[in-house]
Amino acid sequence: MIDQNSKTLLEVRDLHAKVSDVEILKGVNLTVKCGEIHAIMGLNGSGKSTFAKVLAGHPGYQVTAGSVSFDNQDLLSLEPEVRSRNGIFLAFQYPIEIPGVANSQFLRLAYNTNQLSRGKEELDPLEFDDFVREKMQLLEMNVDFLDRSVNEGFSGGEKKRNEILQMALLEPKLAILDETDSGLDIDALRIVASGVNKLTNKDNAIILVTHYQRLLDYIVPDYVHIMESGRIIKTSGKDLAKELEVHGYDWIKADQLAKSTESSI
Amino acid sequence: MTLMTLSNNDYINSLVERWGSYSNSTNVAWLNQLRSEALHCVNKLRMPTTHMEAWRFTDLSSLAKLSFPEALLFPRDQLSELARFFLSESESEYRLVFIDGHYVAELSQIDSSEKIIQGNLSSLILSHNQIISSHLGKLAEFQDDLFTALNTAFIQDCACVILPRNVSIARPIHLLFISTQSETTSYPRCLVVAESGSHATIIEDYVATNENVYVTHSVAEFFLADSAKINHYRIQRDSNQAFHIANHVVSLSASSYYAGVNITFGAQISRFSQRIELGGEGAECSIEGFTLITGQQLADTHTFIDHMKPQGKSRQIHKCIADGSAHGVFNGAVMVRPHAQQTDSAQMSRSLLLTDKARIDAKPQLEIFADNVKCSHGATVGQLNKEEIFYLRSRGISESVARNLLTYAFGGEVIEHIAVPSLKAQLEETVLLRTQIA
Repeated sequence: MIDQNSKTLLEVRDLHAKVSDVEILKGVNLTVKCGEIHAIMGLNGSGKSTFAKVLAGHPGYQVTAGSVSFDNQDLLSLEPEVRSRNGIFLAFQYPIEIPGVANSQFLRLAYNTNQLSRGKEELDPLEFDDFVREKMQLLEMNVDFLDRSVNEGFSGGEKKRNEILQMALLEPKLAILDETDSGLDIDALRIVASGVNKLTNKDNAIILVTHYQRLLDYIVPDYVHIMESGRIIKTSGKDLAKELEVHGYDWIKADQLAKSTESSI
Repeated sequence: MTLMTLSNNDYINSLVERWGSYSNSTNVAWLNQLRSEALHCVNKLRMPTTHMEAWRFTDLSSLAKLSFPEALLFPRDQLSELARFFLSESESEYRLVFIDGHYVAELSQIDSSEKIIQGNLSSLILSHNQIISSHLGKLAEFQDDLFTALNTAFIQDCACVILPRNVSIARPIHLLFISTQSETTSYPRCLVVAESGSHATIIEDYVATNENVYVTHSVAEFFLADSAKINHYRIQRDSNQAFHIANHVVSLSASSYYAGVNITFGAQISRFSQRIELGGEGAECSIEGFTLITGQQLADTHTFIDHMKPQGKSRQIHKCIADGSAHGVFNGAVMVRPHAQQTDSAQMSRSLLLTDKARIDAKPQLEIFADNVKCSHGATVGQLNKEEIFYLRSRGISESVARNLLTYAFGGEVIEHIAVPSLKAQLEETVLLRTQIA
């Protein structure tokens, strides 16, 4: 929901980033206020997943220019774990499998680490078990997933639900969902989207990174941004996604081309 | 080179000199003969050197200087201190205890009420002469194996477990070998005969009271008759100064099943050689190894799975974590003989190097002479997975905690499969302790 009086949560200015000497982000600008849902759309290779990972602090990406302020702090100077504790959450496009680490153990460790950093009480295994089961109901997840190794042997849909479960446990200020809709059938998509919707409120914000309009039928964005060649080239309301669905990405490119041709004339 | 050979043979010679005091210690003719034959081989064989393929990475020249005598008897008034090595299910465990190689009846726990025959060799050799004489020394060939020959020449005490036909034992059988004395050599020996349809869990456990220097030359022979099933946990938690050279041979008859977990934590130099003969149709084995070493430790695991008959199945996973300047060696051979059609074999070796100085040499070896088989193998050597670390960090978990958790998880997977709760808990604690870097 857009409220001009909300405080600014994320301020990205002219962000440039590269991975092994290839520049992927070439000047991203984005402002996210509390309560807002932003969708970032774009073709494969446009830089949208890179943008998500850079915000989360993936060590494989090097920021070469620009600034990111999150909750009035310089985000780029913080380690990934500190970003998480400060309220950034990245739902991975491809959640990592960790054989040998029980999902329940992982979830509790993550939860307690964040609780501790916020000066709140940790939960012992029994208390946590009750707590996490309640959250799992939100995502219609089978409790068997607690005893299995983190994401190991989970289907694509189960992995994505496990990501949103972590979001529910950690209660981030800013959740970045990277292609959370990919690999989900329509039922799973509905469940995941409804879970996300229940977690949104006026004090947090969401960035949805997606290729398709489909997810946006279930999680309705306040803004839709189109990313192309490492930049956000167009920003509009939720209808932009629908137009994109009808006309395709070429339409945006043509539109942009026309504009740049106009301006150069 | 000449000098080296000399000192190597000095090692054998000085051990053999003590053999004389043993030669008359038994009045069982076949055993005397077995020991003499073994001694004969000892005298012919030479210490392995790194010029030999099977010992390429395992340099025994430091062992060659340590021709320690056998231990004295442990003071009887201090026996109670050793109860800490019992499992916490001690009430329910069968237990045969050997201190520095010598059987100790006072600490052992044998229940003759159940249909299981177990005890030290000397107590069974007359009553069960036929079954023992037809098995002891029959699997662990010593003609070309110096250390097996040494052990056989020195057989005196031996843990014997005989499971009669169709007997199933729920209580774990704990074969506990405790080292207490510095600068000693011991020759632990185990014989397990599982008659058809029998089932038991055997824990072969090597522990130490102190960080002493000592040498263990151990040999174990397991015979599984048709449809027998043995779970075997072999735990080598010797002192980090010790030398541990072991040979384990398993013979599997039709439809029998051997499930082994082999854990290596201790010894400055250890060598575990294992040969599993799938000698009956439909025999199956599952072996899991986990080595966790640090400092200057070297741990060498050589396994040989021999598919001799059709429809055999083998599963093997070997894991090694090397920290400090430690060196892990894994050589896993799988043989599928011409008649062993429809063999199903899978082997995996995974190693984790925690430092730049740690080293792993892993070598899978498949030799397949049958055409209708399914065999796979794989090996990975690496550092902790960076994506896994980032995933944990992105959830607020610090990098050091993430690394510790992943290192623990790597080994925990094998320990997870140990079905004796107190043993599993002990091992988990050791792994946790050794993988936690502040």
